[in-house]
Amino acid sequence: MSTHDTRRLTHLQWLESESIHIIREVIAEFERPVLLFSGGKDSVVMLHLAVKAFWPAPVPFPVLHVDTGHNFPEVLAYRDATVERLGLRLEVASVQDYIDDGRLRERADGTRNPLQTQPLLDAIEAHKFDAVFGGGRRDEEKARAKERVFSLRDEFGQWDPRNQRPELWNLYNGRHRPGEHVRVFPLSNWTELDVWQYIGQEKIELPPLYYAHDREVFERDGMLLAVGEFAQPKEHEVVQTRTVRYRTVGDMSCTGAVDSPAVTVEDVIAEVAATRVTERGATRADDRMSEAAMEDRKKEGYF
Amino acid sequence: MSTTLLRLATAGSVDDGKSTLVGRLLFDSKSVLADQFDAVERVSRDRGMATADLALLTDGLRSEREQGITIDVAYRYFATAERAFILADCPGHVQYTRNTVTGASTADVVVLLVDVRKGLQEQTSRHLAVSSLLRVPHVVVVVNKIDLVDYDQATYEGVEAQVQAAAQRLGLTDVTTVPVSALAGDNVVTKSDRTPWYEGPSLLEHLEQLSPAGEPQSEPLRFPVQLVIRPQSAAEDRFRDYRGYAGQIASGLVRPGDPVTVLPSGRTSTVEAIDTADGELAEAHAPQSVTLRLTDDIDISRGDLVVTSRSVPGLTQDIDGTVAWLADHRLTPRTKVLLKHGTRTVQAMVVAIGGRLDLDTARLTPAESLELNDIGHVSLRLAAPIPAEEYLHSRATGAFLLIDPQDGGTLAAGMVGDALLASVEPLDA
Repeated sequence: MSTHDTRRLTHLQWLESESIHIIREVIAEFERPVLLFSGGKDSVVMLHLAVKAFWPAPVPFPVLHVDTGHNFPEVLAYRDATVERLGLRLEVASVQDYIDDGRLRERADGTRNPLQTQPLLDAIEAHKFDAVFGGGRRDEEKARAKERVFSLRDEFGQWDPRNQRPELWNLYNGRHRPGEHVRVFPLSNWTELDVWQYIGQEKIELPPLYYAHDREVFERDGMLLAVGEFAQPKEHEVVQTRTVRYRTVGDMSCTGAVDSPAVTVEDVIAEVAATRVTERGATRADDRMSEAAMEDRKKEGYF
Repeated sequence: MSTTLLRLATAGSVDDGKSTLVGRLLFDSKSVLADQFDAVERVSRDRGMATADLALLTDGLRSEREQGITIDVAYRYFATAERAFILADCPGHVQYTRNTVTGASTADVVVLLVDVRKGLQEQTSRHLAVSSLLRVPHVVVVVNKIDLVDYDQATYEGVEAQVQAAAQRLGLTDVTTVPVSALAGDNVVTKSDRTPWYEGPSLLEHLEQLSPAGEPQSEPLRFPVQLVIRPQSAAEDRFRDYRGYAGQIASGLVRPGDPVTVLPSGRTSTVEAIDTADGELAEAHAPQSVTLRLTDDIDISRGDLVVTSRSVPGLTQDIDGTVAWLADHRLTPRTKVLLKHGTRTVQAMVVAIGGRLDLDTARLTPAESLELNDIGHVSLRLAAPIPAEEYLHSRATGAFLLIDPQDGGTLAAGMVGDALLASVEPLDA
């Protein structure tokens, strides 16, 4: 044997292997898993990993989209095409339905991200889902930095950061009592750059707005918001056509674009590697409201 | 681009500069972005500090800030051109056994901090003992605040000698020390010219060179079966009769043609193929997730362990092991628990408690029960036999969890065998 007879995985192979192990543990230990799928890049990567985990068998669980009603049309089209291609069952929990029948009220700032929690929890209860895959990553935000891979939620869907199960080796504990469920985060250890490198390596197709395109935008609180049904410029806000792309996709009324010439996945990887601003800092108005915005939402049962 | 990955755990108490060190690693490796740094500068100013306090980069949850302590392990990420790092940042004071055991369980290297002015403290010895128990392959002791002793070589060497003596006593073979000022940045990312007498690498250079845990080519194949993949009617015709065993290789490597034994049944077969969604592999090794096909149609299900027939572990229903007790209520003999080992969960009973480890003296003392954060020796009787191997020889197949059968909580981290006794010998040194 040669002298360099040491077998090492690249960091992307390592992350992929860990995620596949996590996804398979869930299928083995739970009755009714579901995967949260928005068409956003993290959920796309998570679904890609699920496809690989069970090949040549099909993905053995449905996907759930918590729909704010403020969607980018190209993301909805991507979602439907993906579900069709993989033969998945899609469940939709609609924030709009809740607003229409008065169970939820529109917020003064028009943002619907925080309104997703109740429809999500109701869908979990109605379908008796006991494991819910989410695309959250620990590098996104400091409340997420302390999240477990298997994160137990009580019957109110709440996260108790003070009372989390220790997580040792790769021995995940999925035990839960009736009414409780477990949120599972297979991408816990991935960074934004890892996700993009993996998208490049695996040639994963994404909704087109992740790449540079011309769009009518206006600036608000240092973010570029798209002009459209869900976000209209105020009097002093100037509309311009700029070459932009999105680093995250969410509620159109509070997800900002960034100026970018990156038209290919290689361009995006180079841009992400050189960036000096976190993706949530750059693009999410709701996370900039307070230092603990995410912590508060997570405790209530948010993703 | 092809980089490798290294997992590290940092442990220490509030005043030893751990947060500053972690902040420095993140900041100097450019893993801290402008908006995060702006927030730190703003808060530092509000608190009346002249410069940005890098320790704030690792500030935790609001519920923790309110109490002025960090309670839980936080995971951080940084990368260099050669390597991606996953850092488990383990707070020291509260729940320190729970946190350091958690962090150390997955770590390739534990990074401990010592204040050069204080030398080796009790808590550092405890962290060294935990690193030894958990068989962490490498330990780095950062001798911090070297600026406060004017970069004095003799002071550093005194601490280095204390650390090496403690390491030797605990049976730790790979312990490196580095003189550092986390605050000033000396020897963290780049070598400092203020310590010309120090010939080793900077902390980050050292972390870039270390080999991760495990040498697959020198370990026997251990493959816990997670699930059986049988597409049946859902698949294309060519997969109608497909039957594969999915899992993550825990140790060793596997090739088509290898003779294997399935435990606990003891049935033997031969590896026909190693499948992945990307195609068949000519070889796979730990920690790859793959699907194995065997030449014989034998009964295999989740919880079984596929091993190389050249090295077959024995089965046992009686386990002696070391446990770190992580539950609020005490452990007493006759307690019924669930034991999770690999992908198998079996009922078990704690038959006897063999003693409690005094981490300060590294000695086993008699004990009737174990309390929260105690580390002790227990004897377990299992309802079914499992292929348990000594943790000392196999981290991947010697580890287990104890789980509360009623509320499902994780009660303990366990290691098969006398890891405890091995690590505290000699008892009368």
